[in-house]
Amino acid sequence: MSDQIIEFLQQLINGLSQGAIYALIALGYTMVFGILRFINFAHGDVYMLGAFAGFYTAPRLLQLFGGGPSFPGATAVLLVAMLACATIGIIIERLCYRPLRDQPRLTVLITAIGVSLFLENGGQYVFGADPKSFPEIITDRALEIPESWGALSALTITVGQVIVVGVTLFLLFALRTVVLHTRLGMAMRALSFNPLAASLMGVNTNIVISFTFGLGSALAGAAGILTSIQQPSIEPLMGVNAGLKAFVAAVLGGIGNIPGAALGGLLIGLLEAFVVGYVSPTYRDAIVFGVLILILLVKPSGLLGKTEREKV
Amino acid sequence: MLEVTDLEVCYGAITALQGVSLRVDKGAIVTLVGANGAGKTTLLRTISGLIKPRRGAILFEGENIAGLPPYKIVARGLAQSPEGRMVFANLTVLENLRMGAYRRRDKDGITRDLEYCFGIFPRLKERMKQTAGTLSGGEQQMLAISRALMSQPKCLMLDEPSLGIAPILVQTIFEKVVEINRQLGLTILLVEQNANLALEISHYGYVLETGRILLHDKADALRENPEIQAAYLGG
Ligand SMILES: Nc1ncnc2c1ncn2[C@@H]1O[C@H](COP(=O)(O)OP(=O)(O)OP(=O)(O)O)[C@@H](O)[C@H]1O
Ligand SMILES: [Mg+2]
Repeated sequence: MSDQIIEFLQQLINGLSQGAIYALIALGYTMVFGILRFINFAHGDVYMLGAFAGFYTAPRLLQLFGGGPSFPGATAVLLVAMLACATIGIIIERLCYRPLRDQPRLTVLITAIGVSLFLENGGQYVFGADPKSFPEIITDRALEIPESWGALSALTITVGQVIVVGVTLFLLFALRTVVLHTRLGMAMRALSFNPLAASLMGVNTNIVISFTFGLGSALAGAAGILTSIQQPSIEPLMGVNAGLKAFVAAVLGGIGNIPGAALGGLLIGLLEAFVVGYVSPTYRDAIVFGVLILILLVKPSGLLGKTEREKV
Repeated sequence: MLEVTDLEVCYGAITALQGVSLRVDKGAIVTLVGANGAGKTTLLRTISGLIKPRRGAILFEGENIAGLPPYKIVARGLAQSPEGRMVFANLTVLENLRMGAYRRRDKDGITRDLEYCFGIFPRLKERMKQTAGTLSGGEQQMLAISRALMSQPKCLMLDEPSLGIAPILVQTIFEKVVEINRQLGLTILLVEQNANLALEISHYGYVLETGRILLHDKADALRENPEIQAAYLGG
């Protein structure tokens, strides 16, 4: 097999694991937009808080499972970070967005930017602005690819990448089940289509909105931990760039559309990897944001978004 | 069963309802007629808790429900099929009906009521698995009424069920409303611009004009009132 194909597959693998992270964050943007029709700009910072929740709790949690890096320990860290972020997300909505429920959307949008700045600067104040080294919760090493695979054995696939993609797939499947097959999931879909009618059905909209924020924030928290497994350097502004990329992913997939966010995340991750691999790392961000502009010009409803109209 | 007294509702500086009072007795069909913009939808939305009144009381089974959130009002047994149907186009027909039963936990009762809805509107059963957005206007209206029934209400409010549906179906819908009223003993508050048909199936009627109740009487008497005939019955 030629080197070019191996090179291509390598970029694909790298892009896949980065895309998984963007997908997890993008889901939170898209679910909140689906229900409240506004962009929660503080969402990227919730992802950052997930990483820090892991940073502070990992040493103790790993102790519970023998001290060193371990799968049960890593699972515990993941769950704690998800829970912490879900709580934070629910509190942010309760304190900052709910009082503005009847205000113009622009007001809420500006508030979201304010919350974002608060979390970033508060993060720098509380955690310190310098990057922290995330504890090793699982041993991230390259997988041994048997010689018998021939040319493919030249590929580098790490344990971290496999875990990131595996956990993401699991979470996507779990989310799908919640949204399609539970009572609250059904209420989420109903509310996103017509809040007034959902109220008339007896849906307590505040509970569904809290639930949505909790769900999206938990996924962002998971992304924070999964990133830190691969790039164990975390800092309070890490949510800015990742958040923007995930936002582009959500728009690319069709904002408000859940499978769209997952697809968009994947595509943005792949695009980045190929730009880095074949063009130049310098252009990575420029090209991703170029995609945003292109999508907004060509198909604002995104790849999977559809503009449904009610029959009259 | 339902008694509204001296209700005043405003949208910012606009007063949409001023001093509206009306009564719906248990088991009756009461129609509210009025021209476009008279405030009919505003009244139903206020009763359902979607809009907070500035003044006045809404008694349901003797208790004031004015100011309660909508989900608590549904839980008490007051359901509404809103103007324009508002079915969840992204959900299947069955899911729409399950949304109607959102606050209920009695599985057996829900199954029984589903069967009842499928009995009166067999069309819905055939289209159970389709998304509601694919239904025709008339079918969506059947779904909207059934969805409201799924909450097991004591009183059902219907906001212009004949709006924008084929004339042949309008007749069917009205027949079903009567059937539901008779079979379940369900109290119905009907809002209609199609005043002739609506009054024909009603016991009592109210006429709303620019936010005030102009007059109210037995449905038959209203139909014979020359003023009403001229203004609302096209006579
Ligand atoms: N959200 C709103 N904001 C401001 N004014 C409103 C709002 N909704 C209704 N109105 C006004 O309140 C008045 C009553 O409206 P409403 O929709 O209750 O009338 P209606 O009798 O249901 O009319 P139709 O027969 O057209 O449905 C109208 O003048 C309308 O313009
Ligand atoms: Mg109306």
